[in-house]
Amino acid sequence: MSRLSISVTLALVLGIALVMAVLNLALPEGAALHVPTYAVSLAGKYLSYAMLAVAVDLVWGFAGILSLGHAAFFALGGYAMGMYLMRQIGTRGVYGNALLPDFMVFLNWKSLPWYWHGFDNAGFAILMVLVVPGLLALVFGWLAFRSRVTGVYLSIITQALTYALLLAFFRNDMGFGGNNGLTDFKDMFAIPLHADATRSGLMVATAVLLCAELLVARYVVTSRFGKVLIAVRDTESRTRFLGYRPEAYKLFVFVLSAVMAGIGGALYVPQVGIINPGEFSPANSIEAVIWVAVGGRGTLVGAVLGAVLVNFGKTILTGALPELWLFALGALFILVTLLLPGGILGLLSRRRARPAPTTPATEPAE
Amino acid sequence: MILLRILLLLLALAPALARAEDDPFAGLAGSYDDISNAVAALAVSGNAQAEPAIAALQAGRLFVAPDNSLWIKRDGGAVNARTGAPGEPPGALKPVRQNNAVRRATEAAMGSLTLFSADPAVRAKAAAAIFEQRDTAAIPALDRALAKETNPAIRTAMQQARAAALLSGNAASEADRLAAVEVLRARGDMAASNLLESLSGQPKAVAAAAATAEASIARMQQMWSLAQGVFYGLSLGSVLLLAAAGLAITFGVMGVINMAHGEMVMLGAYTTFVVQQAMQTYLPSLFGASLIVAIPLAFIVSGVVGIAIERLLIRFLYGRPLETLLATWGLSLTLQQAVRSIFGASNRDVSTPGWMSGADQFGGITITYNRLSIIVFAALVMAALMAVLRYTPLGLQMRAVTQNRRMAAAMGIRTPWIDALTFGLGSGVAGMAGVALSQIDNVSPNLGQGYIIDSFMVVVFGGVGNLWGTVVSALMLGIVNKFLEPLAGAVLAKILVLVLLILFIQRKPRGLFPLKGRAVEA
Amino acid sequence: MSLRDTLLYVDGVTVTFDGFRALNALSLVLEKGEMRAVIGPNGAGKTTMMDVITGKTRPDSGQVVFGADTDLTRLDEPDIAALGIGRKFQKPTVFEPHSVWDNLLLALAGDRRPRFTLWARETAEERDQISGILQTIRLAEHRHRRAGDLSHGQKQWLEIGMLLAQKPQLLLVDEPVAGMTDAETEQTAELLREINRTRSVVVVEHDMAFVRALGVKVTVLHEGSVLSEGSIDHVSDDPRVVEVYLGR
Repeated sequence: MSRLSISVTLALVLGIALVMAVLNLALPEGAALHVPTYAVSLAGKYLSYAMLAVAVDLVWGFAGILSLGHAAFFALGGYAMGMYLMRQIGTRGVYGNALLPDFMVFLNWKSLPWYWHGFDNAGFAILMVLVVPGLLALVFGWLAFRSRVTGVYLSIITQALTYALLLAFFRNDMGFGGNNGLTDFKDMFAIPLHADATRSGLMVATAVLLCAELLVARYVVTSRFGKVLIAVRDTESRTRFLGYRPEAYKLFVFVLSAVMAGIGGALYVPQVGIINPGEFSPANSIEAVIWVAVGGRGTLVGAVLGAVLVNFGKTILTGALPELWLFALGALFILVTLLLPGGILGLLSRRRARPAPTTPATEPAE
Repeated sequence: MILLRILLLLLALAPALARAEDDPFAGLAGSYDDISNAVAALAVSGNAQAEPAIAALQAGRLFVAPDNSLWIKRDGGAVNARTGAPGEPPGALKPVRQNNAVRRATEAAMGSLTLFSADPAVRAKAAAAIFEQRDTAAIPALDRALAKETNPAIRTAMQQARAAALLSGNAASEADRLAAVEVLRARGDMAASNLLESLSGQPKAVAAAAATAEASIARMQQMWSLAQGVFYGLSLGSVLLLAAAGLAITFGVMGVINMAHGEMVMLGAYTTFVVQQAMQTYLPSLFGASLIVAIPLAFIVSGVVGIAIERLLIRFLYGRPLETLLATWGLSLTLQQAVRSIFGASNRDVSTPGWMSGADQFGGITITYNRLSIIVFAALVMAALMAVLRYTPLGLQMRAVTQNRRMAAAMGIRTPWIDALTFGLGSGVAGMAGVALSQIDNVSPNLGQGYIIDSFMVVVFGGVGNLWGTVVSALMLGIVNKFLEPLAGAVLAKILVLVLLILFIQRKPRGLFPLKGRAVEA
Repeated sequence: MSLRDTLLYVDGVTVTFDGFRALNALSLVLEKGEMRAVIGPNGAGKTTMMDVITGKTRPDSGQVVFGADTDLTRLDEPDIAALGIGRKFQKPTVFEPHSVWDNLLLALAGDRRPRFTLWARETAEERDQISGILQTIRLAEHRHRRAGDLSHGQKQWLEIGMLLAQKPQLLLVDEPVAGMTDAETEQTAELLREINRTRSVVVVEHDMAFVRALGVKVTVLHEGSVLSEGSIDHVSDDPRVVEVYLGR
């Protein structure tokens, strides 16, 4: 996580995003270098997954919290955005009901549930994208870290958390569209969602926000706070005897990470066009962990790399040989944990740093 | 007053009775009223031919010849209804006419007639029918039947029927009525309660007694429904226990986070499927025993796969729980896809042997055999597991290795093999659970995934490393879940239980029955 | 001995683990500025005593008072650390991925709250302090090395340095010379004596030569309570101590 690698990553993410957007918008459809809109949206999807991965890496890589429920924060951010997009449909739904989204009309609901109020307003919705995941993380983390639930136990209850949310969002009574979730979006900020320019704009916005998240995360982990956090990760009890409160550090970073994941989810939904309870499935959360492991835990940059690579592989494989995808994913889990504990970046830096142990005393500070 | 009523009743019945004296069958050839009266008279006549005749009438097989003689049509020919002797009807036969009044009369008559059947089941059914219809006319027949009846259960049923009929009529004395209310209270089910509630025009004392009886029945019912809830809860708890039992070994005792645990269960379920397919083809006569055959095979299949997993994967990851978690999750995906490739993605049919289907009424609760079997099976599995850990050399070595690995190794225990065997044992138990779960869940590649979170929660809630804790925790969670269900619905109940568990673990991370001591601190 | 001079007052502390009495009505009084050596066979309760004082383990009964009137049994580890009680573990525990410098920086007394550390910048004063400690613990030329790459003895010193950086009133030091060479042992004894000029110290140690070299009052623990107390010569002549150490 040197300054160089982070700069290179930022440049690459922004550069590729801008080039794709330009090639999509400026060139006619038949041109050799034209980037089709679906590819733009696909890239946007990878980038929002990368935001989730950065969030996972922040807690797992630097605080040792293996959250198996981070997709829940991603999905909550997504639902908050989805609710705003639902309200933007207005009377253009199948039932043409100005007051209620289609699924509520279908369920014979008479009025909008209280928690849907305010989502007509973009500002409120964006606030909720940050607040809802953050609040859940705050409550959950406060309870968990205060009672010193760590390691595997924490992983198991984060998984139970997302599982409980999965079951809850499947219920029609919850008022989030049940099984089908929220979809059929038309506009975002009064701009048609399906226009090429919107798609490219969203993708570039995702890239910019991903870079912002990377910078925030990097600031946090290189600050003195980050040093304490790493100390907590490796020897939690020792930090207590030094007078630090590990629970406060973990809670802060957990909430920050949940908010980051929520932003990722909020950008994911308009680009994919749907959010449904499946996003809460525990398998999704664990998949996000393997993106980080593939790229390199505790490197931030590796999280981006892993998320993009694994999802690119998934797109290719599920298209060409769907039978093989789960085998490949399963093998990835096993091989990375057994043979490549540092991930791809670990492999690269090990190559580069090989002569280092012979001259440790003269190693530069950073 | 009462005397007068009886007199009037007798007068009303007089024509029918008069005719019945010379020929109880005569009315059957007459008008609808005549037919109804004749049926009622026949029913109490004690005539041996009464039952077949009325049964034939009910079935539409009783006919009148031009000379008013009565015939029952059978497969081969006709029988004279009066004598029961086969014969040739003299001319064209017309069916005995029926309207609703006649049908009611026949039904009631059959009820009282079958009270005398030689088959106890038929008698019990007859008593139940009278209870339902509250037929006052059946009281004399019931009295006679009661005098002869020796089977205590049927006697009770007859007394209840008599009480029901007596209360519905208006001939009985207040004392008799009070006695009848008492009989119904003792019966104590919903039907008795409904009957008591529907009573009207009763003397004050009887109405009061009926109200008290009703309340007492309501209390009884509450008790029974509580008991039923506990039974359902135990059955769900046993399912949880079976799913978690293997995990209590691999996670609880060894500390290995095996996310592929659910797939060990799934393999057990598929083993059951394969065993059933094979037995259907090669040994159809023994198909009823297919589950019994599947249990050891499932143990072996899952156990061997478990040993392979331990040797090939998990042993490289000891002391790195989070990595173990990820690697075994990958394994779980791989196993699911492998099974999907071999058996297809759709659900596979696993049939339930006859002895496991059906149900029995036990007091006020219904006990279905498949639920009961799972409870018994779970108890047997846990007992076997504890016995293995406590009394076998393998169990002793397992405990030694998990408590102090280096000391055990120094004493000549081959710890790597014990690790593998322990893991195999836990996996094998999961496989046996799969046999049971194949009976209540869809056998599909995703079968195991549905249980993994529940299983971990059960083990953690009970206290890691404590088998009894696992038992208590599984049963408790099952019962709590089942009692929440009527209040909140099945899905919400499950969510509530999960949330409660999350909160509980955050308060007491070491579960209900934590192991204490310095070893835990390290 | 007046109450005013008492720094640590342990009275009748009992700790049981599953029926096993790790501490049995242990009582101990430490004066301000005192250095005390605690010895005892394995399982005598030395580490548990430290756990109780630092808030890791709550006693079943008894009281632990720090300074004038602070009841330590009500506080948790960070609170107790903030009061000025530092602890060095038996197995050297330093933050391995961090440099020696950063280890000391994190140990330096100051605001421990996230809202401070998130924005904190290294001040000149902090740099001076760290440099000073690096001199004391003889690791000045290793300041940029990863703590995990240090030798065992260097890690022990780094941990003592971290204790110093905390500026505690009382240091609890668990087996500081385990695994050290003779030269290192001697240097450590010197270091502890130097520290003791400004602070109170409790040293738990097995190495009798080291304890003798420290030349301080010795408390012998056995089966969770104090068996004997006094100078090293006094306790090594005590027949009960001889019995415990040699009798089995």
